[in-house]
Amino acid sequence: MTTRFFGDTAVLTGRSLRHITRSLDTIITTAITPIAMMLLFVYVFGGAIVSGSDSYVNYLLPGILIITIASGISYTAFRLFLDMKSGIFERFQSMPIARSSVLWAHVLTSLVANLISVVVVVLVALLMGFRSGAGVLVWLAVAGILILFTLALTWIAVIPGLTAKSADGASAFSYPLIFLPFISSAFVPTDTMPGPVRAFAENQPVTFIVNAIRDLFTQQPVGTDIWIALAWCVGILIVAYTFAMVTYRRWIA
Amino acid sequence: MTANQVQGPAIHVQGLEKSYKELEALRGVDFDVAPGSIFALLGSNGAGKTTVVKILSTLLKADAGTASVNGFDVATQSADVRESISLTGQFAAVDEILSGRENLVLVARLRHLKDPGTIADGLLERFALTDAGARRVSTYSGGMRRRLDIAMSLIGNPQVIFLDEPTTGLDPQGRIEVWQAVKELAGHGTTVLLTTQYLDEAEQLADRIAILHEGRIIVNGTLTELKQLLPPAKVEYVEKQPTLEDVFLAIVGGSGQGGSADADSNNDTDK
Repeated sequence: MTTRFFGDTAVLTGRSLRHITRSLDTIITTAITPIAMMLLFVYVFGGAIVSGSDSYVNYLLPGILIITIASGISYTAFRLFLDMKSGIFERFQSMPIARSSVLWAHVLTSLVANLISVVVVVLVALLMGFRSGAGVLVWLAVAGILILFTLALTWIAVIPGLTAKSADGASAFSYPLIFLPFISSAFVPTDTMPGPVRAFAENQPVTFIVNAIRDLFTQQPVGTDIWIALAWCVGILIVAYTFAMVTYRRWIA
Repeated sequence: MTANQVQGPAIHVQGLEKSYKELEALRGVDFDVAPGSIFALLGSNGAGKTTVVKILSTLLKADAGTASVNGFDVATQSADVRESISLTGQFAAVDEILSGRENLVLVARLRHLKDPGTIADGLLERFALTDAGARRVSTYSGGMRRRLDIAMSLIGNPQVIFLDEPTTGLDPQGRIEVWQAVKELAGHGTTVLLTTQYLDEAEQLADRIAILHEGRIIVNGTLTELKQLLPPAKVEYVEKQPTLEDVFLAIVGGSGQGGSADADSNNDTDK
């Protein structure tokens, strides 16, 4: 049964990856908004922002990567919704395959698509002057955090993908997620924010993830931020996965 | 791997009940389908046809009653049931972004068959889709899509095939193409359960017809048996005018009776 699960997941992942390579516009639209934001903040607002960092693009990139992933996963919900609506999801579920492999294929595809978008954004940041002295291991650590974050958000995206009534509904859930980095340390340091906002900003997961990645890039000691960031990611992942599975089981029953 | 156990009926349904919250979709449905026959479940929209098909294809759990397919219970042996069946749902469940051939290869791979490419080519040929095989399905006509859909359902030679309203939304040409494909299936010994809201479709295809109305089977029999329920036919002399369908098919070049499966090649090029 397990070998069947991996085989079926591989076949179905191949299928949805083909969707991505045949509609590269989804990768581009995923990357274009964060890139535009990065340009805007670095070249328009950046001069006036006191970030305490020598280069604003260095300060900004971690938050931009979070926004990239948060907007990218809406396509996961959208693709899953299309499968539900076209009836091909039912077809797969009525076939002699490991049934959950249909969901895992979407999750793995989401991971690949988002990583491609992230790489595109990082390349643009490098052109804009982003520099880090970080070695391979540190880059791998950053990649690890982003992968975990993508998986957590992807399992959230599975829920509207399974339940949405319309394509807009399937992708609308990601708007608040895209907004979350603005009320965090992603764009400006939190200490100028008024009390309640600051309290929220300093305790929400994006701040910990952004700080951890920023410290890794600038080769500062990461302290406890990285563990809190990982704990948030794992926590969201477990809760989202559980809810997604409950939703999925309810759909079968 | 393939489940080859049939003793008795290919499909056996007894006392099936299903409600969606307040709505009682099925209120005690019973019927049997003999192996190798075409069985039509006839009913208007909302009669519960799709609910029956979903329960039989293990996509939905019944509230009460039992159902078995190919000798396997749909509730307790659902994996064996899925080995024995293929579902062609109400909307052609094909992948629009892939080509026709890629769709077939995908299903063959998921059924763990050897040589998916050869299987795909064979089916493209059989359903007159060879020329369109490399094209994206989003460019197909409704009839071609349905044929591809049915071709996908045949991969792995399932013993039982469910066709849920296979011709809804098709033009007359497409309808004839699908009818042709279904007749061919039964010729190969496959059991077909077909749902439809079109009376002539049931009349054309089915060995047995059951009428599902408000969640219950109210009649079940062969066409001859159903006709005997009404007073015997009177002989009247009526001038037989061609129907609009006859006229349409004569003009566009499809033959109403034989139904040539390759007729699409000259009619679908306008896409």
